[in-house]
Amino acid sequence: MSDSLVVHAGANQPVVFTQDELGWLPWLDPLVEAELTERHWAGLVDRSRAKSAYFRLLVHDPEILEARTKADKDIFYNTADGLPRAERELAAAATSRYNGCIYCASVHARFATVHSKRRDDVQRLLDEGVSADLGERWNAIVRASVALTSTPIAFDRQHVDELRRVGLDDADIVDVINSAAFFNWANRLMLSLGEPTRALTG
Amino acid sequence: MMSTETKDVIDLLAGIEPGSRLDVIRARRLQARENAQKSYTALFELADFAEVPAWERHAVAAFVAGIHGEPAAVSFYLAKLAGAMDRSELVETVKAEIERGKTEGPYGAFPAGPLSVEDKAGLIYRVAGDARRVLGARLAAALEHAHLLAFHPRDASSAAMQALLDAGWSSTAIVTLSQLVAFLSFQLRTVAGLRALGASLGPHAGGAARAS
Repeated sequence: MSDSLVVHAGANQPVVFTQDELGWLPWLDPLVEAELTERHWAGLVDRSRAKSAYFRLLVHDPEILEARTKADKDIFYNTADGLPRAERELAAAATSRYNGCIYCASVHARFATVHSKRRDDVQRLLDEGVSADLGERWNAIVRASVALTSTPIAFDRQHVDELRRVGLDDADIVDVINSAAFFNWANRLMLSLGEPTRALTG
Repeated sequence: MMSTETKDVIDLLAGIEPGSRLDVIRARRLQARENAQKSYTALFELADFAEVPAWERHAVAAFVAGIHGEPAAVSFYLAKLAGAMDRSELVETVKAEIERGKTEGPYGAFPAGPLSVEDKAGLIYRVAGDARRVLGARLAAALEHAHLLAFHPRDASSAAMQALLDAGWSSTAIVTLSQLVAFLSFQLRTVAGLRALGASLGPHAGGAARAS
């Protein structure tokens, strides 16, 4: 079998960071929903994810998708303890802003706004970038996320100390590490397997 | 080839022992911890490596760890590479390419428009000519793509996908390769983060609690 590229006109490509909903178009053929087997459904974890071209593309390799999805859910949605959801989303948005993933940043900036009610601060992160002044606590989380996102990785004892000074405990700091690290995974998939569009997609 | 990897690789690379303070903190996100490990096994410890053989996976992983400047992870994945493919020339070539690929990221260009002022130029890595002979066109294309993803993912393009297709990577194999490089980007950062947190907790934070 010889696979080929899926070409898009690119006319609707977003050129700024935004909290608006965006779509995403794959550069390789996703699997077709009607042809998914039980192995693929297990990889998708939630059946509703079969509506997304992104997940139907990733489900070409179902086992890694399943493990990744389950890690993702615990890192972001397990709010029984640890860092508030808003600040996990802030770490994801800051990571995406710094790497330059307009699609990922749009989703997680929106979530940061929903959970923090600080839409203007979130928008400043998108507009001004990771050096925007968002107040002491958010600045520390953004700086830690940026240090984790740099290659070579620049996160060190000073970032840990700064997070402690603004009130994070050890478990909260692990949530920052997990959230920023996970978006270094997500950004690279979103950026390299397709492109964002201002037109809404599945 | 099957192997039995039981130890949590993030714990191994970050020096976290059972019963230590960091072990207890990590246990609060058990599903994330277990699935980070399952992600590792889904990429590297398979009964059937399908379209991407073990030695290719370990070569790419060692390269990604190397260009991140994470020596413990480099040793780990190079040892796996040597175990999967008994060919010292290959290991030496990957090591040499790591040195050629080292730079600082993230850099790259944004879509033309208001963000263009933030465009940042950087190394466009290409495998050396003699290394390409050792690695083969397929692995060489994978290392070039891995470097793009590691340092300047916002430069990713459909042309980069086409380069992989041209080098013999199928859509399914490209998804696996992309997950592998992106997973490493997560794993190495989790390790570095936990190591820094552990260092701040004092000399025994990662090690087993001792009876006194």
